[in-house]
Amino acid sequence: MNGPARWPLLLLGAIAAAALAGGFAERFFHVSPDEVDLLERLAVPSWQHPLGTDELGRDVMLRLMQGGRISLAIGIAAAIAAAAVGTAVGLAAGYLGGWTDRVLMRATDAVIALPLLPLLIILAALDLGKLGLPAAITQSQEISLMRIVALAVLIGWTTAARLVRGAALVTRNRDFVRAARSLGAGVPHILIWHILPNVAGPLIVATTLSVGEIILLESVLSFLGLGIQPPLASWGSMLSNAQELVTAAPLLAIYPGLMIFLTVIACNLLGDALQRRYDPGRL
Amino acid sequence: MIRFAAIRLVEIAVMLVLMSFVIYALIGLMPGDPIDLMRSGDPHMTAEDAARLKAVYGVDRPLGERYFAWAGEALAGKLGYSRLFAAPVGATLLPRLGNSLLLMGASFGIAFGLALALGIGAARVPNSRFDAAVNLFCFAGVSLPTFWLALILILVFAAGLGWLPASGIATAGAGGFADRLHYLVLPVATLSLASVGGYTRYVRAAMREALAQDHIRTARAKGASEARVVFRHALRSALVPVATVLALSFGGLVSGALVTETMFAYPGMGKLVFDAVMGNDYNLALAALLLATATTMAANLAADLAYAWLDPRVSYR
Repeated sequence: MNGPARWPLLLLGAIAAAALAGGFAERFFHVSPDEVDLLERLAVPSWQHPLGTDELGRDVMLRLMQGGRISLAIGIAAAIAAAAVGTAVGLAAGYLGGWTDRVLMRATDAVIALPLLPLLIILAALDLGKLGLPAAITQSQEISLMRIVALAVLIGWTTAARLVRGAALVTRNRDFVRAARSLGAGVPHILIWHILPNVAGPLIVATTLSVGEIILLESVLSFLGLGIQPPLASWGSMLSNAQELVTAAPLLAIYPGLMIFLTVIACNLLGDALQRRYDPGRL
Repeated sequence: MIRFAAIRLVEIAVMLVLMSFVIYALIGLMPGDPIDLMRSGDPHMTAEDAARLKAVYGVDRPLGERYFAWAGEALAGKLGYSRLFAAPVGATLLPRLGNSLLLMGASFGIAFGLALALGIGAARVPNSRFDAAVNLFCFAGVSLPTFWLALILILVFAAGLGWLPASGIATAGAGGFADRLHYLVLPVATLSLASVGGYTRYVRAAMREALAQDHIRTARAKGASEARVVFRHALRSALVPVATVLALSFGGLVSGALVTETMFAYPGMGKLVFDAVMGNDYNLALAALLLATATTMAANLAADLAYAWLDPRVSYR
């Protein structure tokens, strides 16, 4: 790919490659981002620890790589899940119309009109045990991961829903859709093969942009102590730990924030470049 | 138009009732309840004391019953006491609302002024180096994690240079306007930097569209000065979409600065919401969250009305 999408793509690729390389290093060189070395606390960079160590003597670079895998995985998984939910809602609303449309769009407007961050904080702090979920689930390591993805989907589906509904409303009465219908095509066939391709471009743009937004959301919640829980680490939770020592070891706070910033700006620039490609008329 | 506004107001009221129940139920699902918290703070309290207190405060009753008891009181204007602050909810909210409005108002003014200058400047010379630089600045602004920006500003200006206080709202004992201002600088800088990028993108896009219209060419052709063309002819039509974005952003005034206020220990509504929710302070959290919801929805309505009022082509039936 060339043009304005090249640099953000390269940057994102480099970040993803570095995050994955950390996983390989853990497997083949028997190093661990969780390995504590209390004699080497807050060490300066060396050959052994290229970015130094944190307050428990853990290798900062390995932890950044692990955090990157988690932050990127959450961003991408949640963005795709939110787009899928939004697409389903949008297709139902736009193609079926009538009451379905009215109810679904009211729900969309309602989600958009809420003060989201305070509500997310409540949802992120909910005691899943009180909801009656079994302890095997509520105490598993991955629960904080799943919870963030679920929260991101809960607030993120509206963009895709509006986009897809708009496209479905416009295309459902176009000639090629009428032709398909008169040839006996069923509703699922029409939706998937005739309506969805017409909204693929804007949908891809919106999903790319939402990866960045979700990574920011994850970092805020983790920073407030409500996101990724130890022993897992994300860039946000690393920042949260580093905050207490910020005057003694400022670099510990600067690295993860810088990684969040670079990843999010790369997603935003990529989304912008894709938008120009799909829709050159818009400014 | 009046009918449209009336219907929307009814909808807002219905939403608020729904939200109050949802928030009430959700807070109940958070870990611990107020009496458990009291118990963990007081080793002399026995299990019987706790059970008796739960009965006194009604924590042991079913959810629906508790909610209606709360709602009845709230509708009568009795919002109850805040457990965290040991004061009536109203008296706790009001000063913080003022603090937040000061913080958000100042940041908003600075960010919007800067956005107008940058956006108009960039739109006048599209695809120039200046335009590209403004564009990159905007992307950087919307991609910055607010709490990280706050942390860096504290590191540089409070911990490093020692020019500005890192947290709080005023020096104990001292007072006065200059002192307040001193404490406002860093939070205001954080919020303005975090929001200026988004505003600039709207202003730039709206101005580019406005400058490309026929009446601008007519104005130039009849010899209007460049300043007149930009500010009288183009800016006026560009402000229509910008005004709706502004109205929408008022929705964040109440709890929008949650992260920034928490970072700078600034006693505003955002920090209050966070503390109340985390501290299981039902009465306070409910009142604060409902106020935030009402403001957000009122701002949405204001945005729609502003759009119709400023652009005669738009009409709501």
